Amino acid sequence: MAFAAFGQNAGPSTVAPTKSGRVAWILLLPGLMYLGLFFLTPLFSLIITSLQVPDASGEIGRYQYGFAIENYWLVIESYWPHIIRSFAYALAATVLALLISYPLAYFIGVKARRRPLLQGLMLTLVIAPFFISFLLRTIAWKQIFSNESWIVNSLQSSGLLASDQYLVGTPFMVIFGLTYAFIPFMTLPIYSTLERLDIRYLEAGADLYAGPATTFRKITLPLSMPGIISGTLLTFIPIAGDYVNASRDFLGSTETAMIGNVVETNYLQINDYPAASALSVLLMLAILLLVTFYVKRSGTDDLL
Amino acid sequence: MHKLATEFVARGADLELVGIRKEYPGFTAIENLDLHIPAGEFFALLGPSGCGKTTTLRLVAGLDEPTSGKILIGGKDITATKPHERPVNTVFQSYALFPHMSVLENVAFGLKQRKIAEPMPKAQAALDLVELGHLALRKPQQLSGGQQQRVALARALVNRPSLLLLDEPLGALDLKLRRQMQIELKAIQMEVGLTFLHVTHDQEEAMDMADTVAVMNKGRIEQMGAPEKLYDRPKTVFVSKFLGQSNLFVGEVVESGIESVSINVSGNKISVPKARAENQNGTIAIGVRPEKAMFHEQEPQRSSEVNLIGPGEIIDIRFTGVSNQYLIEIPAIGNVTVFAQNIGKSPVVELGAKVWVSWKVEHSFGLADLPANTHTESISVV
Repeated sequence: MAFAAFGQNAGPSTVAPTKSGRVAWILLLPGLMYLGLFFLTPLFSLIITSLQVPDASGEIGRYQYGFAIENYWLVIESYWPHIIRSFAYALAATVLALLISYPLAYFIGVKARRRPLLQGLMLTLVIAPFFISFLLRTIAWKQIFSNESWIVNSLQSSGLLASDQYLVGTPFMVIFGLTYAFIPFMTLPIYSTLERLDIRYLEAGADLYAGPATTFRKITLPLSMPGIISGTLLTFIPIAGDYVNASRDFLGSTETAMIGNVVETNYLQINDYPAASALSVLLMLAILLLVTFYVKRSGTDDLL
Repeated sequence: MHKLATEFVARGADLELVGIRKEYPGFTAIENLDLHIPAGEFFALLGPSGCGKTTTLRLVAGLDEPTSGKILIGGKDITATKPHERPVNTVFQSYALFPHMSVLENVAFGLKQRKIAEPMPKAQAALDLVELGHLALRKPQQLSGGQQQRVALARALVNRPSLLLLDEPLGALDLKLRRQMQIELKAIQMEVGLTFLHVTHDQEEAMDMADTVAVMNKGRIEQMGAPEKLYDRPKTVFVSKFLGQSNLFVGEVVESGIESVSINVSGNKISVPKARAENQNGTIAIGVRPEKAMFHEQEPQRSSEVNLIGPGEIIDIRFTGVSNQYLIEIPAIGNVTVFAQNIGKSPVVELGAKVWVSWKVEHSFGLADLPANTHTESISVV
């Protein structure tokens, strides 16, 4: 299925199992229990909650079991701009992260191949942001681009921004933050495919009359497709559900609220649990649909 | 794109290397190489690994740049051009078939790049030529090693390059398939009339297939010529040892007649025809091929037409199928190898037998250099 794309060697294994499956089942048990406990149970709870109806008492935040499928229509009606915005931001940030990460991964995985020290250093730099909490980093960006920062001041004095325009709270800032936060998730899978790219294929391409650009397009790019697909999935899916960057407390404003923010508001502030759950289920279904379509289209089954 | 590469060349062109030198940090891979390969010839560069033969090939393909020197194809200087601009195709040692394309797409790749009309039918025809037409839609990794090798060959041949470079393309194949591919490759070369530059460390393969063999060692060409001539008259110790086996004897020249030159090896006189001696003064090395020498259980009549040494003792006998290999230790001279064909009447001798070794003077060859030391069998000590 869709998530086979995460495996580097998607496709059926040619090695047949030799012994009885009992050992395999025992080894699988912890994982299955984990999935059952922490994925399936909350998922069912989520679906059940999304169909609940307000309690007869009318008290805020109290709901009883029901089958209110109209909850879904209601949230779509109220929040369709947020849904579209979420996927638009996710798409923009994923594309930007890809454009930034691919050359980076290419350099680390191909050009720096003969210099292990440089390779190790650059990989460490890619992972280095993880040493600091995600929230702290986002707050740091808010400081750097704050209304009083010299960046905003110089942009305003140079006329690129009007004197009453600021960066924090704009879609630009949110997409910037999302892109920044997810670059390592894009770089590492692409690096891992490019690192194994056989240079001799590129030499063969050049030998067969393909210039550097054509060689890249017809050989390097298709051969690094598994990495691109893993990277884009690892980036797109979490971004679509992100609620930190777009929140008013960080880089966003009410104009940049994404589904995650709406879910947060409904759940923690308005206490409208069915609406929050219905939105979560919708987000999950939409991502599942998009990803399935994407993986089918990019034909990863054909790759290696 | 380079003009040569856009023409659909139907015939081979000649290749010329002028004063090629290639340095890598710390060592020189090729020093001052001059080479001319006439159009339509099957040329083999033969040498041990690290001798610079693959580097030479990569320079011709444009995958590496020479430190100095010029490369000309069909009289045109292509030294400064990029690999994709050169009318050259390579069959890589690893085949380097694109794993994400079908066999047919692999073969059509070069044609499509040059915008040749009807690439697919032409690619299919090339696959038919190597008898793999029925596997056109498979992926390369679904093919056996021998089949992949033939696809790599078709992918290069279909472009009708002026020059086809083969980088040990048969190296990964087993002996039987190797033989078969050697014959096919030679047949294809004759049929299409392209210039082939074949790099190999397999001396049998080089001698079997090539019109001309150049033996390379330490970045230089030691000797070049038709296989029979190279084998019959190697001029250096390296060639005499790398191309087949040799017994070498080193000694001072004691006699220099009109016809022949003779040396003294621990009291034994060994002669070589003057025309087959590179050096005629001082200390020289004279060699003979093991299959040209024979041994005798009784001391034969001495004659000026035959070199005779011995007696010695047989210290090793090896049966290799078509021949027996005898290692004979001759006091004060060293070990001498003699091959005797298994035709049923070769003398049956046992280990430890006392024998004399002889060969015709005309089968001797005089070398230009001396063996570096007395390391292995069949090199005599002065």
